Amino acid sequence: MDILTFLVDGLLIGFVYGIAAMGLTLIWGVMNVINLSHGPIIALGMFGIYFAATSLGVNPYVGVILVSFAGLLLGMLIYAIAIHRVINAPHLSTLLATFAVNMIIIGLGTTAFTTSAYNVDFSLGNISVGPVNTPTTRVVAALASVLVTGALYFFLYRTTLGKYVRAVTDNRAAAELMGIPSARILALSFGLGTMLAAIAGGLIATFFPFTILSGGAYELKSFVVGVMGGVGNPLGALIGGLILGTFEGVIPAFMPTSWVPVLEFILFVVILLVRPTGLLGAKK
Amino acid sequence: MKRALYLLSVVLLVTVLLGVTLVANAQERTAVIGFTASTTGKYNVESTRQINGLNLWLNQVNESGGITLSDGTVVTFETVFYDDESNTDRVQELYTRLATDDNADFLISPYSSGLTDASSIIAEQYGKVMITTGAASDSTYQKGYSLVFQTYTPASRYLTGALDLLASLDESATKIAIVHENDKFSSDVSTALNEYALALGYEVVLFEGYDSGTTDFAPFINKIQDAAPDAVLGGGHFQDGSTFARQLYEKGIDLKFVALLVAPPEPSFSELGDAAVGVVGPSQWEPLGLIDAMAAEAAGLEFFGPSGQEFIDAYMAAYDEEPSYHAAGGYVAGLLLQKAIIDADSLDTQAIKEALDNMDLLTFFGHMQFDTTPEAHGLQIGHSMMYIQWQGEGDMLEKAIVWPPEAVTGDALYPIRGE
Repeated sequence: MDILTFLVDGLLIGFVYGIAAMGLTLIWGVMNVINLSHGPIIALGMFGIYFAATSLGVNPYVGVILVSFAGLLLGMLIYAIAIHRVINAPHLSTLLATFAVNMIIIGLGTTAFTTSAYNVDFSLGNISVGPVNTPTTRVVAALASVLVTGALYFFLYRTTLGKYVRAVTDNRAAAELMGIPSARILALSFGLGTMLAAIAGGLIATFFPFTILSGGAYELKSFVVGVMGGVGNPLGALIGGLILGTFEGVIPAFMPTSWVPVLEFILFVVILLVRPTGLLGAKK
Repeated sequence: MKRALYLLSVVLLVTVLLGVTLVANAQERTAVIGFTASTTGKYNVESTRQINGLNLWLNQVNESGGITLSDGTVVTFETVFYDDESNTDRVQELYTRLATDDNADFLISPYSSGLTDASSIIAEQYGKVMITTGAASDSTYQKGYSLVFQTYTPASRYLTGALDLLASLDESATKIAIVHENDKFSSDVSTALNEYALALGYEVVLFEGYDSGTTDFAPFINKIQDAAPDAVLGGGHFQDGSTFARQLYEKGIDLKFVALLVAPPEPSFSELGDAAVGVVGPSQWEPLGLIDAMAAEAAGLEFFGPSGQEFIDAYMAAYDEEPSYHAAGGYVAGLLLQKAIIDADSLDTQAIKEALDNMDLLTFFGHMQFDTTPEAHGLQIGHSMMYIQWQGEGDMLEKAIVWPPEAVTGDALYPIRGE
């Protein structure tokens, strides 16, 4: 048995899980909001590159760039309409607000696109190294995930706006006293979270078929990855994604694939018990 | 004079009464057919085509004036349906509503074995005849139901013909892998296939299920690569089956033979391009395998309904696409109900049940006959599968029937990849 093949496939998909989780964990960490509209936004990212490729005729990776900006704007819009007024209310209010957004997107998406599967007809061939033979689109998605993680770190730690985001994360009241416009920073943070979700969706759509309901599975994985890596910690999300991907890739080499979620969630519970703040610690 | 006037009045009265009676006898009766459709959810493609077929039948019957019973009653049809969201939990609630609030006279099953199994118990509980279509699992008909009748070839015979085809193509092929969706229908088919393969002496090197909705088949494909089988069989429904076929191709594994459930016979499967080439699929019905009254005469059976060509023409005129077997299945479900009402000369449930029990005829969809034993009442025993294969390259793909030998329209491509 060539375990390397299983491992590489798992790691490659793990990068994408990481970037999807990064969006969720950023919003969670900065504004203490569990964004239940994360899954549908991932799905919108998928449809975004589909229509960019089919209607505008652009390369799907150019489509991912377009979709990322659209995701940023959509997130800021969602924040302004649905989140801002309840941001200081109990958690249940923000949970319900994002759930309502989830239902609205799925409802409109089902009407517009039905729940039939869509496919971005795009291939870059395969990359073969030794026993490993994998579609190039998966490798590009992994590289793009690393690039996006780097860009996010640069933004958070090397720009003034990033510093504001971290300040609001640490202490919103103190940040406001220092003159930081917290409402705008929160809107920007929500937008960044949805931008990451849309990018993840766009990258996934280059190799998997999708429906408007497809984001749900990635949202669930994002929760697991986010908690595993540490809430609000982007690098933790990436590492959590890689761990989850490795599990999904390697476990089937030794036992039926149906054991994957069982072992994944056992690991999840163990991490919650042993290290509740996640592997890299929650950002507070 | 007075007497003559009296007689005339009596004659007039009798005439009027007779007229009223005749008018009353020629009354119209609209029979309500209830069903759920997966307008949303993962069965959307197959279910939509199934309902297209059923609606085509209904429109044709109504436009031709309905069914006239011997007492002069003209029966026309209307449908009541709900979206079951491809969700088993919704089905029982909705079929209960159809049987009670909507007073459906007859029921047609939803698409898929799992949903049909859930709805069958409601049909039986409320005493409604249900024609099932798009549902092949055997087990639904082994629960002692008496009012549920199956249109499709049962799951136990779904993929066995593909193994017969493989045996006819390559006697040296010994190892097979079975990878299937973990739903009721696909599991039933694969279990029966596994037993059949072992009985034929094949070594089943991999037998594993995947969750419904799976999009990443890499772990399974890696296992297939590791087990190096001659053939891969299995699949589930359209979305997962077409994704599986695509990823098998993308991984570049040299497989001699691939046979998957449900997805390959769908015309849109060819949109996979080269990934579709060589993939074999069992089909309940194919436009290529035309059946008409002459075929019935040769088989010594009664023929009922349109010929294969008439159905195709009508469907294409109505929906501007070639009908798949799901569409044909939807149409024939209505057709069987129509024939049962004609034979029973009544809308009475018990009379229609008896008519269906005694049915033994040929339609454009194939031979229709139901098991009447208590062990498997309503199970389809007349119909047989065909096996298609996509051949050609690029955008120029065409289907050929490659099994059984009596229906073959082209030689099977073998091996499909590699040497």
